[in-house]
Amino acid sequence: MLTRRDTIAIGIGASAAVLLPVTGAYALTTEEAITAYTGGADMAEGGVTITAPEIAENGNTVPISVEAPGATEIILIATGNPTPNVGRFTFGPGSGAPMVATRIRLGRTQDVMAIAKMEDGSFASTAVEVKVTIGGCGG
Amino acid sequence: MISRREFLQASVAASAIYGASGLGNWSKLAAQQALTQDDLLRFDTFGNLSLVHITDVHAQLKPIWFREPEFNFGVGEVRGQPPHVTGQDFLNLYNIAPQSRDAYALTYPDFVALGREYGKMGGMDRVATVVKAIRADRPEAIILDGGDTWHGSMSSYLSRGQDMVNVMHALGVEAMTSHWEWTFGTDRVLELVDQLNFPFLGQNIFDAEWDEHYDDFPNYTWFDRGGVKVAVIGQAFPYTPIANPRWMFPEFSFGIRDERMQEMVNEVRAEGADVVIVLSHNGFDVDRKMAGRVQGIDVILTGHTHDALPEPLLVGETLLIASGSHGKFVTRLDLDVRDGQMMGFRHKLIPIFSDIITPDADMAAIIETERAPYAEQMEEVVGHTDSLLYRRGNFAGTWDNLICDAVMSERDTEIAMSPGVRWGASLMPGDAITREDIHNVTSMTYGQVYRTEMTGEFIHTILEDVADNLFNTDPYYQQGGDMVRLGGLAYAIDISKPIGERITGLTLLRTGEALDPARSYTVGGWASVNEGTEGPMIWDVVEDHIRKLGRVSAEPNGSVTVTGI
Repeated sequence: MLTRRDTIAIGIGASAAVLLPVTGAYALTTEEAITAYTGGADMAEGGVTITAPEIAENGNTVPISVEAPGATEIILIATGNPTPNVGRFTFGPGSGAPMVATRIRLGRTQDVMAIAKMEDGSFASTAVEVKVTIGGCGG
Repeated sequence: MISRREFLQASVAASAIYGASGLGNWSKLAAQQALTQDDLLRFDTFGNLSLVHITDVHAQLKPIWFREPEFNFGVGEVRGQPPHVTGQDFLNLYNIAPQSRDAYALTYPDFVALGREYGKMGGMDRVATVVKAIRADRPEAIILDGGDTWHGSMSSYLSRGQDMVNVMHALGVEAMTSHWEWTFGTDRVLELVDQLNFPFLGQNIFDAEWDEHYDDFPNYTWFDRGGVKVAVIGQAFPYTPIANPRWMFPEFSFGIRDERMQEMVNEVRAEGADVVIVLSHNGFDVDRKMAGRVQGIDVILTGHTHDALPEPLLVGETLLIASGSHGKFVTRLDLDVRDGQMMGFRHKLIPIFSDIITPDADMAAIIETERAPYAEQMEEVVGHTDSLLYRRGNFAGTWDNLICDAVMSERDTEIAMSPGVRWGASLMPGDAITREDIHNVTSMTYGQVYRTEMTGEFIHTILEDVADNLFNTDPYYQQGGDMVRLGGLAYAIDISKPIGERITGLTLLRTGEALDPARSYTVGGWASVNEGTEGPMIWDVVEDHIRKLGRVSAEPNGSVTVTGI
């Protein structure tokens, strides 16, 4: 007879087996997340700008915005989070400028990375460090 | 042809000929006991615009003792650069005679002996005399306050900043920016800002929910003075919600936002600003970096890190001015602005020697009125000190050691933690300790002394975290405080290492044993940024401790070993 624990374990195994290779949405590491998205293609530097606080005021809700002129998609990766994939943003012909602003949770000090997919299918990326600190001793 | 930068650099060099504070032969004057108020105020009026800058007063209405830091290390590119120069090195750098009044005002050596000779510094009634004299000479001088004004004394705590608002109005301040002001909480800040007859500036104060600039705190303000169109842009302390309790002003977000600073500079230039001044509470190293990234700022009036520099520092074509803290100094900066360009300047860091500068009678009366409701409780003597009590420095001063002892003793803990704030007046050996004196080193709206347990590992994490706020080689990651002060613990720190590798050798002093990462220790501390922190107020804890001892004495305890300097 199947226990509840077994059922949950099977469920996790099944979803991992099905979803991970296909979309990378549940990738376990930053490297896997990047490879899953770019297929290992080279990424240009420049052309992507991240605006983020140097030190987060509240690690639970950190405002991040990304701009990438000419991009059709932007993905955001929190490289130090247990689940690095934050989101994938798609810009169609009706979209305005390829720019996204959101808030993300950061578990600790880490690089936040953005990868933009350009109209010609090439990739560009950039990363900024956001510090998550205990705080409390400013003069 | 000589470039404008070369010309400005030559002006910095020329100001050095005057010597510190533009007086040069002070030591001779002092030896002859001839230094007068006129000497302190003498200034060859220059150009067509005067700025007066005062910052980080920390609510000190009366003259105080204030010992400048012995340890103020810089890391990375600014290692050994001003303001990270102290003691004899500082005297050498600025060509100041040892034992002189300048040396006493600007450095720590022989502080006690020189203090007895030269007296207390500051006092807003003396500051008022200086400001009035400058206004008499240059009626259109612009008076600017860099913030950390409403916090830091017992009367400011009890009046919730009202005493300072009244005094700064009377002084004639025309714009300010902010940091500790916010620790009175959103409602009180808005209430006091509403009273102000000048703008409370902050291009980096945002509505946290909508992530857009909050218009009640203007980006900049305009002055038309001496035929010059002056833009003053405000920059509040970027890390206010991190260094101080965010829950007290949750509606607001800060941050450095230097791209936006560039937009503001561009905006005021486009609107015809002849000269662009930034009134900043960034901290000196952050301002130095910002000056290199944002183009078109003529002058940054720095604040927050409490540095007093006798000369401007030039970054590109931007002058950085550092006017000290606690009312010890006022800066006068005269500019020659022509055809939309700053063509030259003359600068003087005026030391407020309380024995030489006559108090302004009007301001003295206002100060007495503001203090009157609290005077009796403030002036009550609770004990005496046999040693110099001071705080300022990267690592614990003697006041901090006394405060940590009080916390460990009164709250019965193995370890004490005290915040590495840069404010706090000194006391001389033999001085009575009044309740006001205790408030001068502890006053805050979140002074509860908690008692809790922490593992050795967590304590190590805290120290690494705070050390990185101070010694990160990128100034934009520095918060501008000093290292957290510890009671009952010794440690070594290599300030040249990255986070996680700086702190070693943590030792519990009462047993002499290494701190066990897995064991829990009892820890007492104050100034927690967490909401709901419980315990008695720190000033009461310190007062109880001092009353039990009657006479106190605290020496540097040598429990921190610093390397990588």
